[in-house]
Amino acid sequence: MELTLAIAIGVLTGSGVWLILRPRTYQLVIGLSLLSYAVNLFIVSMGRLRFGAAPVLGPDGIGNPADYADPVPQALVLTAIVIGFATTALLLVVLIAARGLTGSDHVDGRESR
Amino acid sequence: MDWMKHLLVVPVLLPLLTGASLLLIDEIRHTAKAAVSLASSVLFVVTALALMQMADSGTAGSEALSLSYAVASWPAPFAIVLVLDRLSALMLAVASILALAALIYSMARWHRAGPHFHSLFQFLLMGLAGAFLTGDLFNLFVFFEVTLAASYGLLLHGSGAFRVRSGLHYIAINLAASLLFLIGVSIVYGVTGTLNMADLAARLPNVPSENRMLLEAGAGLLGVAFLVKAGMWPLGFWLPSAYVAAAAPVSAVFVVLTKVGVYVVLRLSLLLFGSTSGELTNFGGTVLMWGGLATLAFATSGILASQALGRLAAYSVLVSSGTLLATVGLGDVPVISGALFYLVISSFTTAALFMLIELVERAREPGADLLAVTIEVYGEDGEETQEKEDEQVGVIMPGALAVLGVCFGCIALLLAGLPPLSGFIAKFAMLAGMLNMDGLGSSAEIAPRVWLLFALIILSGLAALVAMMRSGIRIFWAPLEAVVPRVLVVEVAPVVGLLALCLLLTVKGGAMINYTDAAARSLHDPSGYIQGVLEPVPLGSAAR
Repeated sequence: MELTLAIAIGVLTGSGVWLILRPRTYQLVIGLSLLSYAVNLFIVSMGRLRFGAAPVLGPDGIGNPADYADPVPQALVLTAIVIGFATTALLLVVLIAARGLTGSDHVDGRESR
Repeated sequence: MDWMKHLLVVPVLLPLLTGASLLLIDEIRHTAKAAVSLASSVLFVVTALALMQMADSGTAGSEALSLSYAVASWPAPFAIVLVLDRLSALMLAVASILALAALIYSMARWHRAGPHFHSLFQFLLMGLAGAFLTGDLFNLFVFFEVTLAASYGLLLHGSGAFRVRSGLHYIAINLAASLLFLIGVSIVYGVTGTLNMADLAARLPNVPSENRMLLEAGAGLLGVAFLVKAGMWPLGFWLPSAYVAAAAPVSAVFVVLTKVGVYVVLRLSLLLFGSTSGELTNFGGTVLMWGGLATLAFATSGILASQALGRLAAYSVLVSSGTLLATVGLGDVPVISGALFYLVISSFTTAALFMLIELVERAREPGADLLAVTIEVYGEDGEETQEKEDEQVGVIMPGALAVLGVCFGCIALLLAGLPPLSGFIAKFAMLAGMLNMDGLGSSAEIAPRVWLLFALIILSGLAALVAMMRSGIRIFWAPLEAVVPRVLVVEVAPVVGLLALCLLLTVKGGAMINYTDAAARSLHDPSGYIQGVLEPVPLGSAAR
């Protein structure tokens, strides 16, 4: 499981970094999205990988904390997803505005010679 | 005085509520919107000054006073806290005053140039206040994002191809930096199990040595994210074009954004990697020092190479960042104290310069001072002057050119750090601190890198003076055709106000230095901060 997750994060990050270095605005958006997926997975993994453990305490009180998954990274991921979603949407709007104003989908607004 | 403790949450809640309620007012009623926004900003300044008073009230015994406010009444390491100490109160006051000035300036014209200017402005204030006050790393991320999201909107305010293109670069850079921020935060959490800054500082010395490298990697990534915001070389190439592209009041308030990066670096490096943190002591200090020096050198040559005033102002922002980062890397009490004073002065000055530039440019042919190379960057200027011609309501300033000239001269003196204005006092305090690290008259050797910083700070002042004089002569003394700009009182007032404040700080320099001294001392002794957060005393007994 650790290996799968590590490879997934690695592949996502690698593709993301390659894409944000590309000259097209669409590639930039996809690259940033892939990077944010990688980062979200990474945050979850920082709370240690656990199976079948709930992050929320049951109605019968605390019990043994070791039986539960760490809820903090999950809360962080939730916030990061929401913020990432909002900023990506904003970036898309700017991308379309730039396309309309400059007539090019190059990040500099004109083709490099 | 039980209600006083709730004052701490006001800087976050007030702009949030104002910004949200402004959304409900129709765009057509921009006078009503402006009035609400202005009232809220005035209240914000008053709150910030009251908080500054509060942070400074424990002068006698408790040097390292810090007040914490548990937002949901949960105790500190488990829930969100806001923390007030001298540094955050000072930053808050600077941000609020700059914001008020920029807002008044925007009333002349800019606030009608696009939708939701006032809401975005208030959300920006909320994010800034939160970033300065929060005592929690992840909340810092959230407030950073609020600030940035609002700043994206403000940067695009007024639209135009140049703004949208620089906005695209600005957003992409900041999104990438935010992702690094998240990676850093999660590594730090994974190693230490806490996100509360004070708790983190208390736990860091006990991190087992096999995890230290991971922790350093996390802290380094966090640092990169902040340094992108602060514009350290080579992470700050986005800054000049973004700041030039933004509308004048927006770039004036953006001056605070770079200071947020500097603030966080200063706070975290002294809190987490101060003298008490064992092997991690002064982690990153060398990088900050050399990075700051490189920024300073880069920005100094940038100032000299600028043909347009806007770029000159943008590079002045970088000079200020570079100076501050290098002094943070140096990290001694007297230097930090001078640097804080310098931070206040340089923020006010560069913001005033950004606003003044737009007024001065009105007197001139668009692109008059540009060589052919940079004309394409300013290609859109033609449209903007068209916009300026239409409706201008308000009192037109008499003797505009004289007032603008005096303001320009004051800004040049402040940027260069020449007497008699307070820029001189700030630089003098920093340089004196560098020469007398352990107090006056000590025989300690001064390291070569300190000499280098010393020389660069003086050189950057000289460069600012040369560049400002060059433009000043061209604008005020030798214009090709003298056009008296139509300038409104409401546009000159904030510029004059900010400069008057700098003048006041010259007269009240002693009081200010006392304050920054106390702030720097408490930064160097983080135990007070940690105690203030983890074992809060009821506010009444702490403050009085």
